[in-house]
Amino acid sequence: MQPLTNRSLSAHRPPHLRRDPAPTKWAYRMQRLWLTPVFRVLFRFGLPTVVVALTAGVVLMDEGRRDAIAGGIAGLRETFQNRPEFMVGLVSVEGASTELADAVRARLNISLPQSSFDIDLDAARLRIQELDAVAQADLMVRAGGVLQVAITERVPVVLWRTEDGIEMLDATGHRVASLISRSDRPDLPLIAGEGADAATVEAMALLAAAKPIEDRLRGLVRIGDRRWDLILDRNQRILLPETKPVAAIERLIALHQANDLLGRDIFAVDLRTEHRPVLRLAPYAFNQLRQTQGIDTSGSDL
Amino acid sequence: MTDLYQSQRAMRNMRRAAMQRGVIAILDIGTSKIACLVLRFDGPSPVADDSLGPMAGQSSFRVIGAATTRSRGVRFGEISVMAETERAVRTAVQAAQKMANVRVDHVIACFSGAEPRSYGLAGEVELEDSVVTEQDVARVMAACDVPDIGYGREVLHAQPVNFALDHRTGLGDPRGQIGNRLATDMHLLSIDATVVQNILHCIHRCDLELAGLASSAYVSGMASLVEDEQELGAACIDMGGGSTGLSIFIKKHMIYSDAVRLGGDHVTSDISKGLMVPMAVAERIKTKHGGVHATGMDDREMIEVGGDSGDWEKDRRQVSRTELIGIMRPRVEEILEEVRERLDVAGFDSLPSQQIVLTGGASQIPGLDGLASRILGQRVRLGRPLRVQGLPQAATGAAFSSSVGLCLFAAHPQDEWWDFEIPAERYPARSLKRVVKWFRDNW
Repeated sequence: MQPLTNRSLSAHRPPHLRRDPAPTKWAYRMQRLWLTPVFRVLFRFGLPTVVVALTAGVVLMDEGRRDAIAGGIAGLRETFQNRPEFMVGLVSVEGASTELADAVRARLNISLPQSSFDIDLDAARLRIQELDAVAQADLMVRAGGVLQVAITERVPVVLWRTEDGIEMLDATGHRVASLISRSDRPDLPLIAGEGADAATVEAMALLAAAKPIEDRLRGLVRIGDRRWDLILDRNQRILLPETKPVAAIERLIALHQANDLLGRDIFAVDLRTEHRPVLRLAPYAFNQLRQTQGIDTSGSDL
Repeated sequence: MTDLYQSQRAMRNMRRAAMQRGVIAILDIGTSKIACLVLRFDGPSPVADDSLGPMAGQSSFRVIGAATTRSRGVRFGEISVMAETERAVRTAVQAAQKMANVRVDHVIACFSGAEPRSYGLAGEVELEDSVVTEQDVARVMAACDVPDIGYGREVLHAQPVNFALDHRTGLGDPRGQIGNRLATDMHLLSIDATVVQNILHCIHRCDLELAGLASSAYVSGMASLVEDEQELGAACIDMGGGSTGLSIFIKKHMIYSDAVRLGGDHVTSDISKGLMVPMAVAERIKTKHGGVHATGMDDREMIEVGGDSGDWEKDRRQVSRTELIGIMRPRVEEILEEVRERLDVAGFDSLPSQQIVLTGGASQIPGLDGLASRILGQRVRLGRPLRVQGLPQAATGAAFSSSVGLCLFAAHPQDEWWDFEIPAERYPARSLKRVVKWFRDNW
């Protein structure tokens, strides 16, 4: 016998009446609203923005929750930064003498070990560069937790004698270090006078120009922070002009080589007027000159 | 009348606004179906070759949404159950909007019922200046003697069909011409006001703005009569579900319109009664096997009537097609006889060309043209609506001629009374203009 249940039910079911396709008033209105371009844009972009902003606002309204979030983020950050991969445990100073290296270490002033995220390399570099003897410093955290400090030292080229003592200057006139005695660095030329360090570049040019009389050169003196005097042994003094002092030196050397000017008994050569070098004779030589000219003096040196 | 005059002006403005927005819907509220088309206006489309002339605006729009739904709550082309009709309109509009993917706010509607009556109006006026101006046209239309259209009736269409200047008649546009006396003939179509009120209310309840209202007989004539038929004189018979509209065109103007309150639904109801079947089955039998000419072959063609009574004898009934035709033919003949009467009343005999075009859903009965030519006259043809861009294949049949005509109406309406200027004498707001006019006349 055939089963009756399902079959009989489906057989005697009333014919399926077609559903009325008419939309409800609200469905109709919603569809029209959805077809409105402004509404569409608002719904797609405006609504999510508002919802996100509202949620964020509600969550962050509570002070405790705000702190908890901030603390959580900070803790996470701390844990990450303190991982052993990022810890710096060693400082290596390169390109510096032992004393300078010690000074650099002292100036670096970083307590180790420390996370590389916490080390402010720029500030440390500026601190190191404040040292006079350091021309340039490059800091780098290398693999293996090493903070490498590459130092370029300043090279002293000239000594500057002041009232306080003797300083070593580099080619730009920057102080390198102090010196207790001149004899510590006899190889370096000497300059003196107020503002001499600022004019070191010019001084170096003058010294280079005065190479031929180097053996007699004692130093350069800055007069009135304005011009140079070249001091030779036997207290001879060459007064150089403010402008074109190098050319003046070259003229002087030409005179010297032609007439053995500096070998004679003179106090000073005044080269400040370009066309007319002026000699100041020593008293004995002066008297000799006068006598040859038939001028009798009364025994005065002048 | 002034009320509808004002609201017709307002509708014209709304139509203009909708055209500017570029989207407008048309709604054909019929007895058997409600059709909604969404039109997009974006200027005339580039035509591939020059063989197409300047079409009367039908190239400026494109149908981007089309939907049809079974009509509910409409009888004889009039709303009988407001809520049901509203739901049907909503269904059609929603589906069309969904297809077009655009929201429409403005709708132009047509309907077939409301007992249209035609009046011919004549007016004449002496020209103030020898040149016809816009104001003169307005004055001559204001001078038309309005017939008593009866209580509770409104003017649906009022179109000047002819202008005459002195002895010259048949002018399309008299403006700028020289003469002394301007006369006009106007065609006025009045309808039942309550029906219009119902339709306005129904559309308003669907959150839509009405941007125009037209008689479906008029718009289906615009769609299904070809240009020379409109020019030389023809009658369009729109056989709908609940009513059959007829409109007579000459010189591209409608000069007469009327409606018979009989249609395809009556044929269906006759079948239903005659064969004792439900309306839905009767409708199916009518569309599948219907006809009006019985031949010997039809005696042998047996149609399963079917039924769902559970009684074997009743459910296995068969009728021959001849019997079916025997039921249908008298009713179709009755409809056509009624139409014949209306045409006789209108004086269709005196028209130079007496072309008759049958259109509408009920005109698809096989053999109807043969029957119609025996009743209405020799020159009968079946009309299908004009082709418009983007119209789905399913909506190109004769049943959609009023929808397509409404598209044309939306794109390129004929000038109606309310499209012309208001005569200065009747316009209180323009008193300054009157002052200027007085000065010009007297100085």
